[in-house]
Amino acid sequence: MSIGNAGYRRIKSNVIVILMGLTVLACLVPLASLLYTLISNGVGALNFDFFTKVEGAIGEKSGVAHAIAGSLLHMLMSTIFAVPVGIAIGMFLARPTHARLAKTTRLLLDVLAGVPAIIIGVFIYTIVVRPFTGFSLLAGGMALALIMLPIFVRGTEQAIRAIPSSVDEAGLALGLPGYRVLLRIVLPAAVPAVMTGLFLALARVGGEAAPLLLTSFGKGTWTTSPMDKTASLPVLLFNYAKSAVEEQNKQAWGAAMVLVIIILGFRMLTRLYNHWQYGQGAA
Amino acid sequence: MNARTSLPPSATNAAKVPGLANGDLASRLEVVDLRAGYGKNQILKSIHLRFQTNAVTAIMGPSGCGKSTFVRCLNRLHEETAGAWIAGAIRLDNRDINAAGTDPAVVRRKVGMVFQRPNPFPTFSIYDNVAIGLKLNGMKKRADLDERVERSLRQGFLWDEVKDRLDRPGTGLSGGQQQRLCIARALAVEPEILLLDEPCSALDPISTERIEELLVHLKKEYTLIMVTHNIQQAGRIADRSAFLLMGDLIEEGPTSDLFMNPKDSRTEQFISGRFG
Repeated sequence: MSIGNAGYRRIKSNVIVILMGLTVLACLVPLASLLYTLISNGVGALNFDFFTKVEGAIGEKSGVAHAIAGSLLHMLMSTIFAVPVGIAIGMFLARPTHARLAKTTRLLLDVLAGVPAIIIGVFIYTIVVRPFTGFSLLAGGMALALIMLPIFVRGTEQAIRAIPSSVDEAGLALGLPGYRVLLRIVLPAAVPAVMTGLFLALARVGGEAAPLLLTSFGKGTWTTSPMDKTASLPVLLFNYAKSAVEEQNKQAWGAAMVLVIIILGFRMLTRLYNHWQYGQGAA
Repeated sequence: MNARTSLPPSATNAAKVPGLANGDLASRLEVVDLRAGYGKNQILKSIHLRFQTNAVTAIMGPSGCGKSTFVRCLNRLHEETAGAWIAGAIRLDNRDINAAGTDPAVVRRKVGMVFQRPNPFPTFSIYDNVAIGLKLNGMKKRADLDERVERSLRQGFLWDEVKDRLDRPGTGLSGGQQQRLCIARALAVEPEILLLDEPCSALDPISTERIEELLVHLKKEYTLIMVTHNIQQAGRIADRSAFLLMGDLIEEGPTSDLFMNPKDSRTEQFISGRFG
């Protein structure tokens, strides 16, 4: 390399910058065209009925309100199952009291993360749906919780690891037992990052259809109890997209758009929340 | 944090206890034949020492001489590190703090600690940083908490600077303020002895001066044990000083004696800055 050959170096630099620009484009073009397709097809389906009415007979006014509510209920239910377990495992992995068990747990979670979603559906169908609840929101929440768990645990573990051990020591030095230091000082300090992990995991399962077909099944109207079949946007989308009813094909596009907006919205909310609560750079 | 304190085979024999050099001191905390380390690595080699009550004792020595390990033994924080072991006796009011059945939490409530780097609890407000130790130790009433938080912050020379923003995060304070917050946090649970592990090493000279002022003030009520790398600092505020070298206690005595007429040539060399 010759030092002082400024012209050559400038050309090399420009070539690299152009190459990088092209890679950025290569990523952005598919994303932009995806959003464009969604919006151009979906926006026509959106109207007041779409957001307020449930599935109806042909010619009747209909909407997907039940599926929007159902998707949110699924997220709520899976959060209820995944968060306590996930936080417990995440804390154990971040501050392990037993190194070998921690290693095994991590391995098992990696395996769980690799299990196809449909298999998780089959599993919950076999051990919960058939023997106990029938198709139900409860079973759907469990299936989604299993899919969330590896992501959420990883997020929680990282969040707690980011709290320096000097914080634990400061807590211990106040004469607090180790478990209280962990639960009442270290965990609260990690909450913003834990929330980010939770919303990431929710964004991941919010779009799942396969496991729900076998667990909460789907429904044409509102859910009344956790033991009830429950609609969700991905399952509705799956059914409407292959429907013979043209109105439902249109609504499938609308549902797809709403689904993407909800998931992006969750992500934005996390960022906004962290930003507002903990200032710049927290998200 | 798999705290398991076990004695290495060589340390289990009851060691003979020679007379303590400073046996006439008004003291509540004494260390007899203390040995400690990690795994096969012995850091402290038979230390005997009594700490004067209501005074500042400086623990000096070059890096790696075992100063931090030593003070971490005094509140049983040493045992929280994997592989740590300890032998010998540390007596607080004539009771061995390592005796079987003694709850380390009880020891730590009597022997508080301030660390090298300011470590306020992240995301906690200034108020909660001080109050959390009280809350988790069972203090519930808001008025009691308010009163104790104010008193602790005043003791930490911080109240006037933060009284209008107690709900702001503690991590938003300057380094020196954070360290005074940590001192206030330690004082809030009303310890009798306060360990300070190089409390000023991460601070600028002006913050250091504030902390030194504070420590001189605090010794009226507390017994202070301060690790320091800084010989001048020991000279400024310590009533007594101890010099540690490679895990041995070389010399201990009133700071002026140690500085003016060191008994050991190694102390003299250290004080005059020939190593360390």
